[in-house]
Amino acid sequence: MNDIATIPSPADRAEKLEGIGCKRKRVEDVRFTQGRGNYVDDVTLPGMLFGDFARSPYAHARIKQINKASALNVPGVLAVITAEDLIPLNLHYMPTLAGDVQAVLAHEKVLFQNQEVAFIVARDRYAAADGADALEVEYEELTPLIDPHKSLYADAPVLREDIQEKTVGAHGPREHPNHIFTWSVGDEAATEAAFQSADVVVKEYIAHPRVHPCPLETCGSVAHMDPVTKQLTLWGTFQAPHVVRTVAALITGIPEHKIRVIAPDIGGGFGNKVGVYPGYVLSIVASIVTGKPVKWIEDRMENLSTTAFARDYHITAELAATKDGKILALRSNVLADHGAFDACADPSKYPAGFYHICTGAYDIAAAFVSVKGVYTNKAAGGVSYRCSFRVTEAAYTIERIIEVLALKLGMDAGELRLKNFIKPEQFPYKSATGWEYDSGDYPTAMAKAMQAVDYDGLRVRQAQMLEEFKAGRSREVLGIGISFFTEIVGAGPSKNCDILGIGMFDSCEIRVHPTGAAIARLGTKSQGQGHETTYAQILASETGLPADMITIEEGDTDTAPYGLGTYGSRSTPVAGAACARAGRKIRHKAQLIASHLLEVHHDDLEWDVDGFAVKGVPDRRKSMKELAWAAYNNVPEGMEMGLEAVDYYDPPNFTYPYGAYFCVMRIDIDTGEAKIERFYALDDCGTRINPMIIEGQVHGGLTEAFAVAMGQLIDFDENGNVMGASLMDFFLPTAVETPKWETDYTEVPSPHHPIGAKGVGESPHVGGVPAFSNAVNDAFAKLGGVHTHMPHTAANIWTYARDLGLQDS
Amino acid sequence: MVKMIVSLTVNGEEHEIAVEPRELLIHTLREQLRLTGAHIGCDTTHCGACTVDVNGQSVKSCTMFTAQADGAEIRTVEGLAKPGGPLHALQDAFRNEHGLQCGFCTPGMLMRAYRLLQEIPDPNEDQIRWGISGNLCRCTGYQNIVKAIQSAAHAEHVAEAAEL
Repeated sequence: MNDIATIPSPADRAEKLEGIGCKRKRVEDVRFTQGRGNYVDDVTLPGMLFGDFARSPYAHARIKQINKASALNVPGVLAVITAEDLIPLNLHYMPTLAGDVQAVLAHEKVLFQNQEVAFIVARDRYAAADGADALEVEYEELTPLIDPHKSLYADAPVLREDIQEKTVGAHGPREHPNHIFTWSVGDEAATEAAFQSADVVVKEYIAHPRVHPCPLETCGSVAHMDPVTKQLTLWGTFQAPHVVRTVAALITGIPEHKIRVIAPDIGGGFGNKVGVYPGYVLSIVASIVTGKPVKWIEDRMENLSTTAFARDYHITAELAATKDGKILALRSNVLADHGAFDACADPSKYPAGFYHICTGAYDIAAAFVSVKGVYTNKAAGGVSYRCSFRVTEAAYTIERIIEVLALKLGMDAGELRLKNFIKPEQFPYKSATGWEYDSGDYPTAMAKAMQAVDYDGLRVRQAQMLEEFKAGRSREVLGIGISFFTEIVGAGPSKNCDILGIGMFDSCEIRVHPTGAAIARLGTKSQGQGHETTYAQILASETGLPADMITIEEGDTDTAPYGLGTYGSRSTPVAGAACARAGRKIRHKAQLIASHLLEVHHDDLEWDVDGFAVKGVPDRRKSMKELAWAAYNNVPEGMEMGLEAVDYYDPPNFTYPYGAYFCVMRIDIDTGEAKIERFYALDDCGTRINPMIIEGQVHGGLTEAFAVAMGQLIDFDENGNVMGASLMDFFLPTAVETPKWETDYTEVPSPHHPIGAKGVGESPHVGGVPAFSNAVNDAFAKLGGVHTHMPHTAANIWTYARDLGLQDS
Repeated sequence: MVKMIVSLTVNGEEHEIAVEPRELLIHTLREQLRLTGAHIGCDTTHCGACTVDVNGQSVKSCTMFTAQADGAEIRTVEGLAKPGGPLHALQDAFRNEHGLQCGFCTPGMLMRAYRLLQEIPDPNEDQIRWGISGNLCRCTGYQNIVKAIQSAAHAEHVAEAAEL
């Protein structure tokens, strides 16, 4: 139904628009279900060569010698590129998003296992792999530094000789060669005073282990430097293609207009595809060197062991409270393991991301947060794995420590939360760490969730099961995991947020064709979130053009307007807002054209789903389809022809989605196995654009939270060997382990967003991780347990139960 | 390296191709035959993104040499529906039930589900979850994939994949 103007009922027309609020089927699925997606490894160009890395077997070693001939002798190998070749181009190091530099190829020293040492270019991927295997490199092993708690020891080995003399880093003074930054926020003195005078204080060490986003598609790129036109085209797995273009221009010196970056379909990102990796740079260099297109695709082991890990936060959390449970202050000191280079992907001013949202959903008068970043002999990263910058870490801190406080007070953990919530009338709420929460109704959400799961009944059942266990009649206990989380997403206002000096706005450009069909392009990039579907819904509601008549395009920097990309749940809060505002500009111009055609003042017209009608005379109307046609042949005098709009949206504030999650878990004390009986997730993401997609996002995020809390770990031995870098070891749940999800919602729109939407893709991960972990910890809370670290594998739970003396009873 | 000639019937079309003995079936399908629906996600036979149907069985094509498939009948996601014809019930169901997001696991998941429904025409939820447990999805949490397979199992034209 392309011409909806003929439908008499406005309600029927609205339905046909498929605008905001409807469960529109996804546009993307038509190609994906037929094997017609176009991912980076599907890109094939005539004469294309393949690149592969020779990597370091050691975590810390000096490179004595590289014998290029050993690889060049392999049939099919055409070139071997080492750091020595990059030095004349000044490309052996590249800038990171965190103000550090990262080795593109190891120069003199390797700093983590599997670090890139040489790039082998060959006729096909088999020959490239042969060449990488054959390359002879002589190393001298050095003492590795694996434990971040030892990074700043006086006798710790110095890792970064390249910046050894730098006493000031991108975020202030450095106290040790292995020190990156110390960053703090809040009122330290007021917080200390509150702790001194409080009735009750709790303090807990809460480790958030190193994990990896592990999208199903690994990272990769295809570079083609046309030797004649000097035009570089770069296809790749880029969550932020425009930023990649700017970075490529800055580090290669190629003028930015001569670089076209294309992010084709992306097979999941979850933060892994935000950064710039050596492989991207080397595919470009290799294309320049050979004059041919060059493809580089990671294998899974390379992905898990070298590109962008997440977390590795070693958190101390403290709460001060009155004896009846009013929280007075929060303090958190964090040791952050950033690996060998500081390649965290955070807005420039925030080396610890938005970790200081860790006061959560609670009205806490005083807070002090301090984060110290250090180097170790591990891969660089520290990206936000399905969350806004360090927000999962923050939510985990507050939601774990509040449970510890409840235990100490002897109070119910649900009741303690209810007592301390920021009240609806306190919004906009200024937190002790400086954020301004835009909106929310936490008590209503919590009450709805508690009722849905029959919270009181669950506690009764839990007590009964505990009695049975203590009496020796059962070996199972019940854990009830509560998580009431608040996120900070939609980065972000340019007054707070920039990447490499570029404000974190986003953009939408829409062009309406004469027949009322349209194309809109945006600065973001979907990796499975369904932007082609949902942006069209926003535009449909705003312009009155049916969603099916609007093509959405992202990812090609030659055609899309500049934007900062998709991560940190910023697409809906920022680019979604740009969409709405661009749509309104279209509608405004259409209104002026309608006024001209209907010969009435434009104030005498009213919007009517898909067009304008004269107020009080609904039959005298012009549909958007008619107005689009008129835009190309009959506009008011002095008006430009055409119907186009562009909007660059710099948000006035972040958005603050929240939710109430409950996990009900049975734990077998003798095997350590945890069975998720029930998981209920209530989300408030403000205005709901497509409920089907929201539900899908919640399912997926909860599954990733389940994986993180219950099994994922990138571990190292004492020599820095990465212990779990294949899917043999790294836990990705199958359909069998994955629990069933129940979803629910409340809807408090964001007051400052044009359509009131807040973003949802990351909420289930942020809120899910503490819910699972709290369930495990809650199961042991009346058996002597206070806190046990993730991942809660059966082996770890079993060990914990043994340590609590529960296996001899 | 010396190449060998291998005959394959893929989606009803016969091919004679020269491959190195070590070439993996997924690379032959993707790079020689340009059937890029099946993907590579792990290289270790865990993720199932490369799943295709070989002689009536689900096979992870990253773990089979093309030479081993000599003479085989292969169906990939591109052959699930007749060219120009209606989509297979599973393809419709995955879209209708929102059983995919990034789409990277989808071709492998569809081909596994296709074979599963030949093995068990009306599977219960447990059978579906076990039946697709060799195929990983990072986006959906599987719940809607399970619904999609159930819904396709009840569709009338489920058995009518394209005739090869």
